[in-house]
Amino acid sequence: MFDFTEEELNRYSRHILLKDVGVEGQEKIKNAKVLVVGAGGLGSPVILYLAAAGIGTIGIIDGDVVDISNLQRQVIHTTADINRYKAESAKEKAEKINPHVKVVIYKDFLRAENALDIIKDYDFVVDGTDNFPVKFLINDACVMAGKPFSHGGILRFDGQTFTHKPGCACYRCIFNAPPPKDLVPTCSQAGVLGAIAGMLGTIQAAEVLKYFTGAGELLTDKLLTFNAKTMDFRKINVHRRDTCPICGSNPTITELIDYEQAACDLTNR
Amino acid sequence: MAQITVNGNNQEVTLPLTLDQLITLNQVANPEMVSVQINDNFIEREKFGSTQIYDGDIIDFLYFMGGGR
Repeated sequence: MFDFTEEELNRYSRHILLKDVGVEGQEKIKNAKVLVVGAGGLGSPVILYLAAAGIGTIGIIDGDVVDISNLQRQVIHTTADINRYKAESAKEKAEKINPHVKVVIYKDFLRAENALDIIKDYDFVVDGTDNFPVKFLINDACVMAGKPFSHGGILRFDGQTFTHKPGCACYRCIFNAPPPKDLVPTCSQAGVLGAIAGMLGTIQAAEVLKYFTGAGELLTDKLLTFNAKTMDFRKINVHRRDTCPICGSNPTITELIDYEQAACDLTNR
Repeated sequence: MAQITVNGNNQEVTLPLTLDQLITLNQVANPEMVSVQINDNFIEREKFGSTQIYDGDIIDFLYFMGGGR
């Protein structure tokens, strides 16, 4: 019933040893299809760990090319990859780590017009994007399509994440709409400690593996935030909001929206 | 004096106090962008001025974080 080769059993032995994973869990990981939106700061650790873990199909969508200023945190890319498509660079690394993984790439950005069509082929979506329009787009598309996703946001020394499953709190339950675009400084002005991307991205990767194996409790209806200066981690209970414009009782959003680029910040800590 | 919890920290405040006043008191950055939960319930922005804070309330200010690349 399990079609693992001896090489795969060895490769995944530390997973298989876990009572909560086992061969059954590893089989679920192998059958999983995960879309990673953005092969940057968050996407890098997510893709590396999901490939290593043996996720059967990993989709990577990113229309950007590698810039030297990315390399401080986007650890899937190397100096030699500068000017290459991030999706191509990330695919190459993922396949080197684990040739059993099928990597599908889209050298494009997620937009209202292509989101539902791309997402439909996957079981889980990971938000590794750097801007509010796409974060809201991922939320709306996943809520509409009934897909689970992991939200991730980082800034300066802070990170936040939650996991959405149908019926649980969504991004709009917490944050109704994108912030006004003229209200906030841009990400590139704000800066981010490189390792924060790894801290948050590995949490997202762990959530994906927990989702497919059923191990433990997901960050559903919980917003996890941390500050790396103090290393304070907080888990805040959040609930589905009945007045949520997309998942509430009377949704006002019935089609996907391409918001104008809004920046990534809000506090000036 | 009343004891409340704001973002996990204890705070002593004088009642009566509205949510709007607490936001000012705590110098919350960009108040027009903060999401607020009191005792695990989201408060609609239009109700910040009319929402009273009570002894023992647990208040969370939630901030947007849009980075990731």
